[in-house]
Amino acid sequence: MKLVTAIIKPFKLEDVKNALEAIGVKGMTVSESSGFGRQGGHTEVYRGAEYTVDLVPKVRVEVLIDSDRLDEVLDAITTAAQTGKIGDGKVWVTSVEEVIRVRTGERGIDAL
Amino acid sequence: MDSALNTGDTAWMLTAAAMVLLMIPGLAFFYGGMVRSKSVLNMLMMVMGALFIVGVLWVLFGYSMTFGTSIGGVIGDPTEFFGLESLMADDPESTLPIMAFVAFQGMFACLTVGLIAGAIPDRTKFNGWLVFGGIWAVLVYFPVAHWVWASGGWIFEMGVIDFAGGTAVHINAGAAALALAIVIGKRAGWPKTPMRPHNLTLVMIGAGLLWFGWFGFNAGSALAANNTSAVVFLNTFAATCAAAIGWLIVEKVRDGHMTTLGAASGIVAGLVAITPACSAVSPVGALIVGVLAGVVCALAVSLKYRFGYDDSLDVVGVHLVGGLLGTLLIGFLATDLAPAGVNGLLYGGGAEQLGKQAVGAFSVMAYSFVVALIIGLILKAAGIMRISRDDELSGIDLAEHAESAYELGDSGGGGHFVGVGAGSVRRDREEI
Repeated sequence: MKLVTAIIKPFKLEDVKNALEAIGVKGMTVSESSGFGRQGGHTEVYRGAEYTVDLVPKVRVEVLIDSDRLDEVLDAITTAAQTGKIGDGKVWVTSVEEVIRVRTGERGIDAL
Repeated sequence: MDSALNTGDTAWMLTAAAMVLLMIPGLAFFYGGMVRSKSVLNMLMMVMGALFIVGVLWVLFGYSMTFGTSIGGVIGDPTEFFGLESLMADDPESTLPIMAFVAFQGMFACLTVGLIAGAIPDRTKFNGWLVFGGIWAVLVYFPVAHWVWASGGWIFEMGVIDFAGGTAVHINAGAAALALAIVIGKRAGWPKTPMRPHNLTLVMIGAGLLWFGWFGFNAGSALAANNTSAVVFLNTFAATCAAAIGWLIVEKVRDGHMTTLGAASGIVAGLVAITPACSAVSPVGALIVGVLAGVVCALAVSLKYRFGYDDSLDVVGVHLVGGLLGTLLIGFLATDLAPAGVNGLLYGGGAEQLGKQAVGAFSVMAYSFVVALIIGLILKAAGIMRISRDDELSGIDLAEHAESAYELGDSGGGGHFVGVGAGSVRRDREEI
């Protein structure tokens, strides 16, 4: 099993979510996050005082999947999240040892 | 029984007094939105705390110190109306019940002290602030309001025009704010660390409440529901719109964007500047006062970076500068067509009124600054002025009030109920 973590532009969440649903992914965890990479921050001005804001708002999407489906899921996310402009984000994959569905106690792929 | 009571005047003055009271939570929101989320409750409490303390002092002897029989033009007799008991009887000769006037003026005292708090958020001990506010009200606000507004007060007798508080309220509070900002010192990390306003919607709500209440403040200062109050009302409206435009133009030219904070600040700057002048200028004069206030205050808020004092929310740049501007502009823009009936320099009245305005303004500024500085230094030496650096960095709301403003999650902070009363909390901590 794999954990796919994607940091994407917030307005791309809907596209990514739809793309994953379309290929049969049944759930995901989404959190608001912020950070910086190659995309710079911005400047804000309050009563003439300028501040740089380096951290850019992003959305973090986490999906647990069966390893067999990895390429399919990665394609879906990258295609849906891409604008071609700087700041589109990153996707990475982590191996997962065990997954348990809390309600039933099912383990492994049955719990996905 | 025949009574001279004018019910229209009475109803208006009671309403106006309540409107001025509403300015105090309005000010608390205006300031509260500008601080960081870890300091907003303390900011609200500083402004509301000033209301509580000064309200009590006003009832006990503050009114009497301000409007009692003048002792040498300097102070009212504090014993004359002590506790206000002697003012309860119905006076058949009076058009307005004296208690309506007492209440209206009391709100001014509370608001003026609250204004000072904007210079020193995030870092001031709450008990030290309350002590300062009480002492400053007694030593500065009550005497200065006496000078400016009471029959027999030396500035009043000199013929200075301060219709609703350019000197007594705004210059007075602004000068004290400058003194306290210097005494208490900069916030940890200022000006390098970003200290962005945490909630500009709150700031605009506050500005809106201030504007609404200010109609009570200014038009109520006519002390009647009459032509003067209506002219003043309109001038207050005109100047404020123009000031917001003035501030926004400065921002557009200098920074490239017109900001929400700039609009809210322009509103307040315009209200401040028109406060002394609202009875003395024409509606076009009010537009000029307003636009100048917006432009000048927008530039003045940057002075703190040049001189290195952390007047955190720009009480000096908006209230001191705006108050001075409005008070002095009367000397230029007053027209005898307005209720005050005086001509300024530009209306052929000569420089006499301008001279009087300057004496009044700078006397109040100097007195308030010096006395606030002394009170501040004494309280600082007593160790009740500033919280520790650790408490400041982790947030004054938690350190001073044991509260946090915003609980947005459902997890309840991951804690548990300890017991009722502070003692049980302390015991629990000791056991750990």
